[in-house]
Amino acid sequence: MSALLEVSGVSVTFDGFRAINNLSFSIGAQELRAIIGPNGAGKTTFMDIVTGKTRPDTGSVTFGERSVSLLSLSEAQIARAGVGRKFQRPTVFEDQTVAENLTMALKAHRAPWRVLFWKERPEDRTRVEALAQEVGLADHLPRKAGELSHGQKQWLEIGMLLAQEPRLLLVDEPAAGMTLAEREHTTALLVEMAKTRAVVVVEHDMEFVRRLNCKVTVLHEGAVLAEGSLDHVTKNQQVIEVYLGRG
Amino acid sequence: MTRQTSVERSFLAKNPSVLWFILILALFTLGVTVLSEAYGVAFLSTSFVKTLGKTLCLCLVALAMDLIWGYAGILSLGHMAFFALGGYMLGMWLMYARTEEIVVAALAQGGLPATPEEIGQGIAVQIFGVVGASELPPIWVFAHSFWAQLALVVAVPGVLALVFGWLAFRSRVTGVYLSILTQAMTLALALYLFQNDSGLRGNNGLSGLQNMPGLAEVSQDRVSVWFFWASALALGLGYVLLAWVVSGKFGSVIRAIRDDEQRVRFLGYSVEGYKLFVFTLTAVIAAIAGALYYPQAGIINPAELAPIASIYLAVWVAIGGRGRLYGAVIGAAFVSLLSSWFTGGRAPSVPLGFYTINWVDWWLVLLGLSFVAVTLFAPKGIGGVFDLWQGVRAPDRKGAALGPDDGALMEKEAKE
Repeated sequence: MSALLEVSGVSVTFDGFRAINNLSFSIGAQELRAIIGPNGAGKTTFMDIVTGKTRPDTGSVTFGERSVSLLSLSEAQIARAGVGRKFQRPTVFEDQTVAENLTMALKAHRAPWRVLFWKERPEDRTRVEALAQEVGLADHLPRKAGELSHGQKQWLEIGMLLAQEPRLLLVDEPAAGMTLAEREHTTALLVEMAKTRAVVVVEHDMEFVRRLNCKVTVLHEGAVLAEGSLDHVTKNQQVIEVYLGRG
Repeated sequence: MTRQTSVERSFLAKNPSVLWFILILALFTLGVTVLSEAYGVAFLSTSFVKTLGKTLCLCLVALAMDLIWGYAGILSLGHMAFFALGGYMLGMWLMYARTEEIVVAALAQGGLPATPEEIGQGIAVQIFGVVGASELPPIWVFAHSFWAQLALVVAVPGVLALVFGWLAFRSRVTGVYLSILTQAMTLALALYLFQNDSGLRGNNGLSGLQNMPGLAEVSQDRVSVWFFWASALALGLGYVLLAWVVSGKFGSVIRAIRDDEQRVRFLGYSVEGYKLFVFTLTAVIAAIAGALYYPQAGIINPAELAPIASIYLAVWVAIGGRGRLYGAVIGAAFVSLLSSWFTGGRAPSVPLGFYTINWVDWWLVLLGLSFVAVTLFAPKGIGGVFDLWQGVRAPDRKGAALGPDDGALMEKEAKE
């Protein structure tokens, strides 16, 4: 199986602090992966590198069948190449309606001129409604996103990610602030999404990771400490010391 | 299922303010025409018609300011520079062509037919004698051609905005730093134009712009109404254009950039490209407004580019209400007319016994206090009144889709 995303030998230093230290990571085109690790392990920096927000000092990041280097692309170009990102706290555009939020995220031309002359086709509308249905916001399309509850905003953001149709999805702590029922819904959705694309989930919550039932990568001090099934990594003595032991 | 979303409805249904605006503007134009000296009952003086025409141009540039600040969240303090540049570009033709008529008439009295060289020399001395030069600077090469200068009205500010915006946005300069940068651009341009060898008559500026070449027989009464019509037309077209721009997905994207530009990048939109597009578009609109304004003002000089002019523009939009187009128009019309009333010496002084409040001096203080008051207590500006009115008229619509114009995240911006 060829990898969709290939990160190799990447290092980043912030003011002398080595946030990512010779990190290598790869994920296949239809794979669910959980990344765990203590605070400061470099989880968020890793996502920043893949999405183009942070430039690594050394190493390479390639994406897709043609192994396009993401290091020379802007954030917007990386997003258009097919990398979607969900932030820890829900970031939706609160001043705009649910429908507008979803419409903006729909896969379509992104150039200003094309967007200016963009007209909604019936299939766009059907797609927006289907997405809203999928994330349980079908009755809230005309409402402003700012009026939604925290959990609903999380759902809206997930809906926007689905609308983007990314090939690789990076999800930062999706379960944060969700109720038990919402967590179960989220788990099912992530597993479902990973059937057609690569999904990387960064999570603190072990229970949630166990539910995902996927391969786990443990980060520590900016490098991969262990990789494998959750049972495998939780038996690893080093992992127990740095992460689970603090419990 | 009859669910309605704001994306689905047609442009006019979604923007009822456009129809209202055009209707009010048309009635206003008709009213002024009927009351004018040239075409009506001569109730309004020609100078007042000119003031109203100029006010419409200020409303147009305020619309541009609202697009870039209220919608895209970029507080540009340089848009009056584009406005003035537009005025300069048209002013060059007006001054050249008018001077040419005078010079040709003067030379014709000499008996012998004048050569083109003599005419050219005469024009140059007439225009540039005041700064001690007798040759037309190279930048006047197109001044004889109305169409060329008309193209430059759009091209010069457009290219300046494009280059400046590209440099600034590419480096991801945002917020207050961008405002300072645009202000520096305005100041630099003004200081350059103040020099006598800048080729635009230094601090004398261009004058006599109210005299239309070829229309010496037509009285200013008529010309003033023509310009009033042209200004009203430009304002109407500008309003429809901008309402269309902000109503669709493009409007959605620029408001999203205002609220969280990093998130917009992760959606795959090139934020810098959008900012540059809006910056250049609004610069061109400002330039067109300026090209209509200065023939009515009659004179333009580099003081028009002073940073304070652009700050006034921001104050108008803030008082009128950012993030809604009619708010910008109301703010510009209301504050600029009030301003000319107060500073025109017609406002009665207030004697306090120990001190007399003379409004010519105190108007700026009043304006400053109103600006602070609006920012603190009514961030939606005058336009917010319409929300109250709609709330009373249609209480059942509360909580439903409010349309794209409502509630530009003032609170969030105020914190920055």
